[in-house]
Amino acid sequence: MKIKKLPKKLLFQNAEILDPIKKTNKKGNILLVNGKIAELGIFESPSDVKSIDCNGLTLTHGFCDLHVHFREPGNEDKETLESGSRAALAGGFTRVCTMPNTNPPIDSPESVSYIIEKSKDCPIYIHPIGAVTKGQKGIEISEMGLMNEMGAVAFSDDGLPIQNGLVMRKALEYSTMLGVPIINHAEDDSLRCDGVMNEGIISTRLGLPGNPNIAESTMVYRDLKLAEMTGARLHVPHVSTATSVDHIKHIKHMNNNNNNITAEVTPHHLFFNDESLVNYDTNLKVAPPIRNDISRKAMVKGILEGVIDCIATDHAPHTLHDKETTFDLASFGMIGLESCFGIVKRVLVDNEGLSLINLVKLLTTAPRKIMGFNCDLLKVGTEAELVLFNPNEKWIFDNKNVFSKSINSPFYGQKLVGKIKYTISKGYISDLS
Amino acid sequence: MNSKDISQKLIRISHEIIENHTDIGNVVILGIHNRGVPIADRINELIFNITNINLPIGSLDITFHRDDFRERLSMPEIRGTDIQFSLDDKVVILVDDVLYSGRTIRAALDEINSFGRPSIVRLAVLIDRGHRELPIRADFVGKNIPTHSGEHVEVHLEETDGDEGVFLVKENN
Amino acid sequence: MLSHKHLLGLENFPREDIQNIIDTAFNFREVLDRPIKKVPSLQGVTVVNLFFENSTRTRISFELAQKRLSADTVNFSASTSSLKKGEGFKDTAQNIEAMKIDAVVMRHPAPGASKHLTEFIDAKVINAGDGAHEHPTQAILDMMSLQEKFGEIKNLNVAIVGDIDHSRVARSNIYGLVTMGANVTLCGPPNLIPDTITDLGVTVNYNIDEVVEWADAINVLRIQRERMGIGLIPSEREYRKLFGITEERIGRKEKEIVIMHPGPINRGVEIDSGVADSDQAIILDQVLNGVASRMSILYLLLGAKDGDMK
Repeated sequence: MKIKKLPKKLLFQNAEILDPIKKTNKKGNILLVNGKIAELGIFESPSDVKSIDCNGLTLTHGFCDLHVHFREPGNEDKETLESGSRAALAGGFTRVCTMPNTNPPIDSPESVSYIIEKSKDCPIYIHPIGAVTKGQKGIEISEMGLMNEMGAVAFSDDGLPIQNGLVMRKALEYSTMLGVPIINHAEDDSLRCDGVMNEGIISTRLGLPGNPNIAESTMVYRDLKLAEMTGARLHVPHVSTATSVDHIKHIKHMNNNNNNITAEVTPHHLFFNDESLVNYDTNLKVAPPIRNDISRKAMVKGILEGVIDCIATDHAPHTLHDKETTFDLASFGMIGLESCFGIVKRVLVDNEGLSLINLVKLLTTAPRKIMGFNCDLLKVGTEAELVLFNPNEKWIFDNKNVFSKSINSPFYGQKLVGKIKYTISKGYISDLS
Repeated sequence: MNSKDISQKLIRISHEIIENHTDIGNVVILGIHNRGVPIADRINELIFNITNINLPIGSLDITFHRDDFRERLSMPEIRGTDIQFSLDDKVVILVDDVLYSGRTIRAALDEINSFGRPSIVRLAVLIDRGHRELPIRADFVGKNIPTHSGEHVEVHLEETDGDEGVFLVKENN
Repeated sequence: MLSHKHLLGLENFPREDIQNIIDTAFNFREVLDRPIKKVPSLQGVTVVNLFFENSTRTRISFELAQKRLSADTVNFSASTSSLKKGEGFKDTAQNIEAMKIDAVVMRHPAPGASKHLTEFIDAKVINAGDGAHEHPTQAILDMMSLQEKFGEIKNLNVAIVGDIDHSRVARSNIYGLVTMGANVTLCGPPNLIPDTITDLGVTVNYNIDEVVEWADAINVLRIQRERMGIGLIPSEREYRKLFGITEERIGRKEKEIVIMHPGPINRGVEIDSGVADSDQAIILDQVLNGVASRMSILYLLLGAKDGDMK
């Protein structure tokens, strides 16, 4: 992948311009001048301008991922803001929100400032999510007001659940004056216990301690009811159980879909079921765990019906030595930025018949709307934040497609249809063609 | 008594006060709420007309100094004390409409103590109706109206009641 | 005369009584300006100050009020650890009453304690603060101060800022101000303002700048550091940024605004020193009005025969 600064003028010719807001997919050109969209649609191509022939390519908004772990500060051996940006560009992402479970955690306006400053040099837009509680200890709420002022777009203790109901309640109440969502990693610690994979027939056969569905669904329910009571905004991360989806559907319906409640699902929870774990592949060790096929189907149904609002990767890089151990000791998490588009296209478009436009919405306008980011990216005058992909190109995902510092992915060898070619963001263009 | 009578009495009292105090500059006038206050104002004006001197004037509300406060069933209306000067070494002329048991004057003397130590305190009243319960007497009296039990003296003044007059009223028990 | 035997709180307390207390308090202000600040009205009356919670200021204020009225004062301070809940309370109260006293002024950490007291003694009870429930004498002195500044409380825009949930000063002020016809808005961290509070006839606005712009007067509540210990307020600096009555905030407002605070002040947290010491703050007037209001309350409750009061 080559990342270069955008030339002063750049023309994309003959692309299928997919507009998820207008819901159109029409052939056309886009002219970028000084990094902004100067012209858009059918127009005569100027001759003196550098151009890229986009025949067969779809051009649309750059993707946005609400849930990534970039490990900086503290674990720069796994990933940095810079390497994470490269992984994002390789996956077609131009904008991400980073989780605060770094070392030290992002729980003060000073640490939020650190991320904001450092990301200025990165080729994608990075928005820090601040910790809900000081040190992510789940006891005292953190300086959410000051952090929000410094640029934190939401608050989460992700990695860890906010186990104490009163703390969750007070955090939700406090957040109402800021208008930003609280994102709780919903897994009841006591019920989850030392579970390392989904509790079911597979965990029984493998002899591994199981993490039951109910550890997630009871806490999701608690969080939804507290959000309803306090009028706060709640975003449910990495939903994995059918019951959680039912709860979300019910609460959304009871509150007239007022947009205070939103939810996301990962590509791996749409793609895998726990039968894939029979070989103890530690790259499939994630939190919440990969569940059985009934749950997987419920996730697919949930996102097709709109109960789940968007896709988010939960990109979680780990070093080889964190993953190359016995299953019980391995760290939780997999990288996901580079494989995301190909995987979700396969599950939702190729297998379930979802339209390409609707898939693109799940990766672009839906997540942006949740965070209040500008959604209308195919407008003349806007900064170019775009991706070009070939929806028909067949390829096999392997580690030469990985630009993260870490390589912990279970997707190697998967045959995918649909490949990212160019990603344009913050005055840069990354070339994967 | 009618309005003209009241005027005449007050004129005489004013002259008497001036006559009795060669150093009129050291004199201050304190009216006792309610009706003592307008009477004090009139006396002050009359003295000014005669001597061209404006004596310091203040008002006393004796509610907090009453000795019967815990026996009453209702709270009297409080109008407030207003004395903007020290009473130390002054000649204080207390002014009230009717002198009866003397308890009001006793309370007024008690209250005056909170404001300093006058050299002399004198009392001017429009009407003295007798029946003292304490050893108190007036120095300047408009008119003596002896009353029997069952009788009551009412003073009406323009400023407080709208009309002018002194009436002897028989109470119906 | 007041229509109630005790002063336990301002909830459902008649408007005429509140006005009567305030008007009488202004008369007692005059007494406090005399060279000899004493009237004999409550001579022979005995009042016990029963304080189960530390409070030097309120207790001194009550003591001064009692002494200026020539009443006899007895002080009883107890730590709650030396008294078992409920049990010790009743014994103490009845023991004191057996010594023939006329009134008790009580402060206790449990809401409803003063009401509870009226169930086992005959003397008149004045609530000097019962947990987070009410502190009626504080609200009365606050309203007296507002009347002194503005002439009338009706239609005044009054804001109360701070930890509303745990504040008896807030509750009593809400009851009193709404009864007297003021417009009340509350401001503070949302996790410290109960969402049912609007049922009491007040509005809630979390934006302090809008509230400062709207208000004629602001009553600034003290932030108790215990709240920060258990994590309800993330830090002093965050509180100051979001809700502090700072010099810049007040400076932005063109019209003058009256600043009040029940004390003691946490300078630099809920209020800047510059604001607390400015001409717009009437904090010291509140203290003087506190003695006058308490004199008025004692006088009106005790200064007349019982007759047929409730």
